[in-house]
Amino acid sequence: MNSAPSEPLYQLRQVSKVYNGRQTLAVDGLEIARGEVLALVGPSGAGKSTLLRLLNFLEEPTAGTIRFDGQSYSAGQGVPLRARRRVTTVFQRPVLLQRTVEANVAYGLRLRGGRQTADLAQRVARTLEEVGLTAMARAPARTLSGGEAQRVALARAMVLAPDALLLDEPTANLDPYNVGLIEQIVQRLNREQGATIVLVTHNVFQAHRLATRVALLLEGRIVEVAGAERFFTRPQDPRTAAFVRGDMVY
Amino acid sequence: MGELGQGLWDALRLLWLGDSALYEIVGLSLRVSGIALLISTLIGIPAGAALGLVRFVGRKPAVALVYTGMAFPPVVIGLFVYILLSRKGPLGSLPWEWIPRLFTPQAMILAQVIIAFPLVAGFTMTAVMGVDPSLRLQVQALGASRWQTTLAVLEEARTGVIAAVVAGFGGIISEVGAVMLVGGNIEGQTRVLTTAIVLETNKGNFGLALALGLFLLSFAFLTNFVILRLQGRSFD
Repeated sequence: MNSAPSEPLYQLRQVSKVYNGRQTLAVDGLEIARGEVLALVGPSGAGKSTLLRLLNFLEEPTAGTIRFDGQSYSAGQGVPLRARRRVTTVFQRPVLLQRTVEANVAYGLRLRGGRQTADLAQRVARTLEEVGLTAMARAPARTLSGGEAQRVALARAMVLAPDALLLDEPTANLDPYNVGLIEQIVQRLNREQGATIVLVTHNVFQAHRLATRVALLLEGRIVEVAGAERFFTRPQDPRTAAFVRGDMVY
Repeated sequence: MGELGQGLWDALRLLWLGDSALYEIVGLSLRVSGIALLISTLIGIPAGAALGLVRFVGRKPAVALVYTGMAFPPVVIGLFVYILLSRKGPLGSLPWEWIPRLFTPQAMILAQVIIAFPLVAGFTMTAVMGVDPSLRLQVQALGASRWQTTLAVLEEARTGVIAAVVAGFGGIISEVGAVMLVGGNIEGQTRVLTTAIVLETNKGNFGLALALGLFLLSFAFLTNFVILRLQGRSFD
């Protein structure tokens, strides 16, 4: 069921997550609009990655409701596979399968029943071209450098044309060249294909460069969420101001 | 020519002439161990994957049981199966047709399944536990169902899983005690490579014993060759 285009892609209400009796996330409310790039920033352990896992329906919230494209999913209700398949995540450390680069990129399509057809091969080839890895299509994934592997991971997600692309610190530990390449790809995805992107990053400069809006998480709670420009130039919350100034030690 | 040389000569002659008794024994060995391995693989790989990937109540005792089974002397397993299937045993006393009877290939298959299952399950469990735990989250994020996730992990652990199956095969094709007890080494019915080697050696027929031994060695070589080829391919 697709909702009206004006309705946010995600609406979170009173969503919390508890691990071993410890609350790691407590989001009173958060909306993610279609086609926006939302950056989640904050210190380690603030709950950013937990939030991404909930948005990808990889875990269920302990309490609360996640409304995704007009369909509400409450804690304990379970999310159908078809909903989970409309979202995907690129993690900080790319975990590639012991196959060729193109087989890795085709993997998600095959999970959805895609057979080895000319169309599938064409989609894979086109996506590899977008990430600049056409020449390595037949190479075993294990032979790639860290930056190349991350670009394969990105291509593997992009080829699925997901409604929401979640990026969990995708450029951490990469060299500036690969950081630049990946940022360009993300920007192109958002501008040309209107992809909704949620980006977790420790890099405030990156958040500034890529994001439409930015949210600061502290101890599992959203302190402030605002347009990127206002977030960085006129933060409302003193904790956001401290974070932006770099005064927040973490 | 010494006994060894004469035996080798006789062995080659029997192999060359296509001795029917020899090939009957080889055929039965492959049939019994092949079926036992197939059954062990069909239940051992899913069981090993479940033990390696799923946390459930009773997992620890189950793992301990599998490890115990891996180190269990086959002859003792043969003894248990013998008691189970003997006329007054818990299974042998039952009237159902489908229960294997003692001194039949079916009884040998049952014993070999009990020997091979823990090997296949145990090595599969170790192999899937060796796969990067992040892989499961990654393939789920790409849209894998629970079954597809398990398959992806098994595929990543394929070298170890193949080794598990080969270990199972090695454990049963070369085993002598259990098949001797439950099969009885009956000519033309339950005589397999290992039991025949024991018998022919006792009779002083070193040629036939060596010919049978050569078959066993060639099976060992072939399985190792296959595993090395598969390992090589999986790392290409």
